[in-house]
Amino acid sequence: MRAVGIILAGGQNAKLKELTQVRATSAMPIGSSYRAIDFSLSNMANSGISKVAIITQYNSRSLHDHLNSSKWWGFGDKIGGMFVFSPFLTQSGNSWFRGTADSIYQNMAFLKRSNEPYVLIASGDCIYKMDYNTIIEYHMQKNADITVVCKDMKGMDVRNFGVVELDGEGRVVEFEEKPLEAFSDTISLGIYVIRRELLIELLETIIPEGRYDFVRDIVVRYRKKLNIMGFICDGYWASVNSVESYYNINMDFLRSDIRNSLFFQEPYIETKNKDEPPAKYNSNSQVKNSLIGSGSIIDGIVENSVLFRRVRIGEKAIVRDSIIMEGCEIGYGCIIENAILDKDVLLTANQVIRGSGDEPFIVKKNSAL
Amino acid sequence: MRKKEMMAMLLAGGQGSRLGVLTKNKAKPAVSFGGKYRIIDFPMSNCINSGVDTVGVLTQYQPLQLNRHIGTGIPWDLDRRYGGVTILAPHVKEGEEGYWYSGTANAIYQNIHFIDTYNPTYVLIISGDHIYKMNYDAMLDFHKKNGSDATIAVLEVPLEEACRFGIMNADEDDRIYEFEEKPENPKSNLASMGIYIFTWEMLRNALLEAHERHHDTDFGKHVIPMYLEFNKNIYAYRFSGYWKDVGTIESYWKANMDLIQTIPEFNLYEDFAKIYTSSEHQPPQYTGPFADIKVSLVSEGCEVYGAVYNSILGPDVKVAAGTVVRDSIIMEGCVIGENCVIERAIIDENCEIGRDVHIGVGENIPNRLKPHIYDTGITVIGEGSVVPDGVVIGKNAVVHGITECGDYDNMRLESGETLEMTGEV
Repeated sequence: MRAVGIILAGGQNAKLKELTQVRATSAMPIGSSYRAIDFSLSNMANSGISKVAIITQYNSRSLHDHLNSSKWWGFGDKIGGMFVFSPFLTQSGNSWFRGTADSIYQNMAFLKRSNEPYVLIASGDCIYKMDYNTIIEYHMQKNADITVVCKDMKGMDVRNFGVVELDGEGRVVEFEEKPLEAFSDTISLGIYVIRRELLIELLETIIPEGRYDFVRDIVVRYRKKLNIMGFICDGYWASVNSVESYYNINMDFLRSDIRNSLFFQEPYIETKNKDEPPAKYNSNSQVKNSLIGSGSIIDGIVENSVLFRRVRIGEKAIVRDSIIMEGCEIGYGCIIENAILDKDVLLTANQVIRGSGDEPFIVKKNSAL
Repeated sequence: MRKKEMMAMLLAGGQGSRLGVLTKNKAKPAVSFGGKYRIIDFPMSNCINSGVDTVGVLTQYQPLQLNRHIGTGIPWDLDRRYGGVTILAPHVKEGEEGYWYSGTANAIYQNIHFIDTYNPTYVLIISGDHIYKMNYDAMLDFHKKNGSDATIAVLEVPLEEACRFGIMNADEDDRIYEFEEKPENPKSNLASMGIYIFTWEMLRNALLEAHERHHDTDFGKHVIPMYLEFNKNIYAYRFSGYWKDVGTIESYWKANMDLIQTIPEFNLYEDFAKIYTSSEHQPPQYTGPFADIKVSLVSEGCEVYGAVYNSILGPDVKVAAGTVVRDSIIMEGCVIGENCVIERAIIDENCEIGRDVHIGVGENIPNRLKPHIYDTGITVIGEGSVVPDGVVIGKNAVVHGITECGDYDNMRLESGETLEMTGEV
């Protein structure tokens, strides 16, 4: 085992509005049957990283529910395992995690008790498939202190990301979180490789100084002192960081190239098994260009939409360009366009819900209309 | 000694020969059912849903696929530190030769020591051949309440069909006084479902004694008559839910089709008593821009671009554009090319059907080689088969193996004909 994994899943994101009132960003439902964290968790397992810490904080119940057993991702080994860390109280009081670096620092025992030489840090709210071994190998080959996985966004607006500038050898020479003016098209994907002992040393230096953020206080602050390398990856990558990106990510799965690379090419992305029966199409169903979750029963019209598990679409109901999460029931004759229905929404007959292309209408979890 | 109140022994060794090519390479309990399930998932899920967490699965005929499916029992929560699922294959015993399981009771007899390790008070005997949901715990309560030595689950069948079943004749308290196997003139309509609860101590002795008399002991033929002979307490436990023996191509096809009714008699969509299965990976199911799916079940990982009517698709099935699938069962991993017409067919796992293939055309002529197996117009394509572009296949026809255009007569396989490629598939 060359590396242990740390998944930062504590984040809150106000730009997801009502959707993250009830759950952590890493627990956001994605692509009919997954949650965001399944992607980094499966990548860890598929890369042979058998010992993974998941650090949760904000609204962690939803995440703990999803992570109730390590066996769905194959982390049940005696060597290794899946460790879920939440903030806890100690005799000296304290304390919520004050930042990403602090959240690792407060669970230092995990790092100190490991003997793998490297640590791979990833965030739990990004959607991608990656073999982390290639990054660890690059890290070793370049003799890097820290390797930051980067992507060239080719002209997209990157002001919401950590923007990185690399020199000709791939060294990170500039790094700014959410810059007002982007100085390059290259962004950090929030995936890092660092030697375990160096990470311990850095954390023990910065935390007593009152610095708690991994990116700001380690990667950015030490960028000239340490050998920080950028590893450019291509392939699909998206971050769940706004209602718009959440909507677009789900709609991306209506593209067969993205489904093929994420779902049908090995290694697979795994998720918690919910044991739902196959989707059932009744005699008046008309489904076009949509993903349908298992356990769903369709009597109406569904177009260009993503339905999660156990969704019921009543007769003469029309669902277009929408995301319908697990357990929703849409009654007879309802019309739903450009909307996101959170889990277990119940709509009686003939309700109309319309958002716009720019701004999907969000119906909160457990609403009954 | 630690103790289990009741453990289950699941008979899964049968070939199910009337399922034809579907059971060529796997035991009947391993045959797919209802899209994502296998037949054995139903009794296995019933066990865990009834609180029975110790299950011995007796295998004999072609067990590889069954073994892989069961694994360590994780999907059914039967991975236990004490108990859980154990696969019991015939084995050689000390100082003697090994013997095949020669009957249902003989299979239990050969595993007496396995049962003894759990020291159960009651043993539940079930088979891996039937589609039903049942609470065995309620049956155990009935067994205890009556002070039974054995309890047999029975289904009330129409009297005119009773001659096809093992019939229990019982008094008004449902105490059984007589058992008749397939009687010509049935006296009652209580058909045995092949589900028994025995008080273990007595069954253990009965199995030893029956083995002295016969070496192919069977519950229906030997053990139950012996209990009656010695005037033991046997009660009939009436079951009124859905229960289907899927022993023939026609009954297998019909039981699958029962699931696609608007309100199916057998409902998989309830929140309680779920049926569990081993699914290795479960991406969402995609329905394409020009697809049309009606009255069908579509499993995880399917990508449908064509039309699917009155059919059942297993996991990871691809149906290309321009193709129409009607009244058919397409099992896991099949890929169907463009512009095909597939009617009233069963296509077993991992088949590749080319473009412009027509299956299920022509007259309903029974299969020439096996007229008793394939006679209801259903065409069957065996596991892992390849059917080349442009081929036309008739009704009651059977294809198994990797076939090429040259294997067909003028690109056609007429109704009732069989094309089985020799060699490994």
